[in-house]
Amino acid sequence: MLGFAQLFASRLVKAAAILIAIVVMNFFLVHAAPGDPAMVMAGEAGAADEKFVAQLREQFGLDRPLIEQLATYVGKVMQGDLGFSYRQQRPVRDILAERLPATLVLTLTAFVLALAAGVALGTLAAVAVGTWADSAITVIALLAYATPIYWIGLMLSLLFSIQLGWLPAFGYETIGAGYTGLAHVADVAAHLILPVITLALFYMAGYARLTRASMLEVRGLDFVKTAKAKGLTKSRIVTRHVLRNAILPVITVAGIQAGQLVGGSILIETVFAWPGIGRLAFEAVLQRDYQVLLGIFLVTSVMVILFNILTDILYGLVDPRIQVSQ
Amino acid sequence: MTRRLTGIPARIHRAAAAGLLAASLAIPGTAALVAAPAMAQETPVRGGVLNSIVQPEPPTLMLGLNQQGPTQTVAGKIYQGLLTYDRKLNPLPSLAESWTVSPDGLTYTFKLYQNVKWHDGKPFSAADVVFSTSKFLMEVHPRARAVFSRCESIKALDDHTVEFKLKEPFPAFIQAFEVSSAPIVPAHIYEGGDYRTNPANTTPIGTGPFKLKEWVKGSYIQLVRNEDYYKKDLPYLDGITFRVIPDAASRSLALESGQVQQTQYSDLEPFEVPRLKTLPNVTLTTQGYEFVAPMAWLEINHRVKPLDDKRFRKAIAYAIDRKFIRDKIWFGLGRVPTGPINSVVKFYDPKVTTYEPSPEKAKALLDEMGLKPDAKGVRATVKLMPMPYGETWTRLGEYLKQALGKVGVAVVLESTDAAGWAQRVANWDYEITTNFLYQYGDPALGVARTYISSNIRKGVLFTNTMGYSNPKVDELFDQASRENDPAKRQEQYSEVQRILSDELPVVWLLEMEFPTFLDKRVRNANTSAIGVNDTYESVWLAK
Repeated sequence: MLGFAQLFASRLVKAAAILIAIVVMNFFLVHAAPGDPAMVMAGEAGAADEKFVAQLREQFGLDRPLIEQLATYVGKVMQGDLGFSYRQQRPVRDILAERLPATLVLTLTAFVLALAAGVALGTLAAVAVGTWADSAITVIALLAYATPIYWIGLMLSLLFSIQLGWLPAFGYETIGAGYTGLAHVADVAAHLILPVITLALFYMAGYARLTRASMLEVRGLDFVKTAKAKGLTKSRIVTRHVLRNAILPVITVAGIQAGQLVGGSILIETVFAWPGIGRLAFEAVLQRDYQVLLGIFLVTSVMVILFNILTDILYGLVDPRIQVSQ
Repeated sequence: MTRRLTGIPARIHRAAAAGLLAASLAIPGTAALVAAPAMAQETPVRGGVLNSIVQPEPPTLMLGLNQQGPTQTVAGKIYQGLLTYDRKLNPLPSLAESWTVSPDGLTYTFKLYQNVKWHDGKPFSAADVVFSTSKFLMEVHPRARAVFSRCESIKALDDHTVEFKLKEPFPAFIQAFEVSSAPIVPAHIYEGGDYRTNPANTTPIGTGPFKLKEWVKGSYIQLVRNEDYYKKDLPYLDGITFRVIPDAASRSLALESGQVQQTQYSDLEPFEVPRLKTLPNVTLTTQGYEFVAPMAWLEINHRVKPLDDKRFRKAIAYAIDRKFIRDKIWFGLGRVPTGPINSVVKFYDPKVTTYEPSPEKAKALLDEMGLKPDAKGVRATVKLMPMPYGETWTRLGEYLKQALGKVGVAVVLESTDAAGWAQRVANWDYEITTNFLYQYGDPALGVARTYISSNIRKGVLFTNTMGYSNPKVDELFDQASRENDPAKRQEQYSEVQRILSDELPVVWLLEMEFPTFLDKRVRNANTSAIGVNDTYESVWLAK
């Protein structure tokens, strides 16, 4: 157990250093894009004069030298203050706190569903290789992987919301319904179904294909033959010997993708009007809302780093032979 | 309207209604009659919530600080101006019950409604109007600043009377009191402090028929009835909910499924309109945008050769088919313009040089300039940066590339996002771009700014970014803005329209119309020149 704690601590220290580098790099990247929030707001308002633009710049702090802006920002981040969005007139931390849960609910549900269904389908296809079931799974996975995600979303809402009327087409909850407790959970869950399926389908397809390929590879290895020779049951061979070894590349890919889920959710959040952080990021880019954008980058960076650490730990649990080096 | 489409019966119903609508469209003018007679006889009922769309989500609902389109639509129900306007742009009462203009055109006196209260319960008075127009808006609102800086004094004569004295006549003044041009804000909340960082900005307090109940960022804005509204028994609606739906296709699905009962401005892409207007549950109108009267054009940087030559600009005008743009790119939404003033705005004059599509004339003009085609048939190359405001503008850019290519003007398309576009246009870092501006009911308010040389200001958007300069045009716009006699004003504006249509500082493409879809149960909506931005105090929902 000590090993884990040590590993975790050392990884956290490294992570902190990486984060600072990320903050600084992001800051320059974001400011390298042409246009500034003052100009965007002037454009949206449909009218401008020098005074208006100058006032906005002063308010956003854009009239200061870039280095000074960076120093102010990094200083604030160190103290846990993610800055202030002048556009939304609220602290960035509040904005993120409000939007992050929606994204996490959406992406984590989709992620778990995709992983479970993908590994199950992939295993099924590998066990039944060459049969109609294998072909069907392969074709479905290919289709789900190749079809644009927003199109699937639109088609699903066309079918289940417009034609059948079973599920809400968009939004996070029924507006003004005032549900509490279980009724609220059920309401959110109903809104969650379509976006989760849409997002999960794409990742599920990947995991299914990966699991299938990996299992077929492992299946031919010597230790599986040994297990067979020992007379183990087929299900035990599949779960204990084949799948356990075949799952490692899936964990690797899933670990990387878990960090990227926020990015993948931008389209879903747009199509289903899901009030999450992916869409917030997209809007912040268009509006050059620097502070919000930097805040989102920071949060997603933290997520990527956390998932990486988690993946490493998971490796060790699944296959104790893998030594985690420090 | 509950769930409408359940299988086959609904589809048959829809097809039948579409047929009916198509038949009625065959006789011009009868389409509106299908729903109209029933409305006139009905008595309004109280209750019900109107669901609409807000897109993009506004940064704030404090209308004084932000006049973005969606802010206006939502906050137009919370805040009020002194006036609103009918479809012919004549003033109607809003916060002001009546008004007088002195014969010399220098003194405007407004009588305000009694018993008006702010949403926090404090009484509204003339002092709020004086504070808003002489201090608040002068500080934060570029359009209002330009108008109210023409005042010599703004005074409260008593609690319910406000007097504006102008330094010199400015007849467009009466058009400047609409809710987004001059929203009245509460002095007791804003006086003294920093307006932009006032904590009250997140909980807007106006005088309007609806109050903000809840704003869940990224999801919806919920407005509820103001029980203390000064007009007895109004508003009829219990509330209005604006849903944030970022995807255009999802927005049309929302209308189709009856989840929203109204869409406005650019909620829907024009290519969705032909399909949606056959739906049985909605009506389409393009009215209600007379006050903004958007005009789209090719903005041409006169600092770049050969764009500085009016023959080149005329060649562009002859090379493009603006009816095609209206019919095939905007799907029939809009009118082909003749000159700088939108035909629904006062002092419009159609008797000007016009440009029917004629590639021959275009080529002749280019020949005359000495621009001969090279081996590839290219006479000149220009860069075009389409406005990044949705797919329709991209399609327009592609059409322009084709049309100009046919007369030997090669077009290089440049793409940007909104922020980059704004910066490049404001800093004159472009050759040709597409753009549209609002005209605000009077040429002095929304037209002159594009063409007068005193408004060539680097770094500021929506100014004379072309760098066009003609002393005669400057003089005519200046005189007309100060002329009290409407007949003389008309002469001056007619002359300026003749000059501009000949010199083509920009190439006008389209008098834009936006589609407003309303569910057939929605009554009394969208009745004025500010359409969906109006208070909706007398809108009601039929059962």
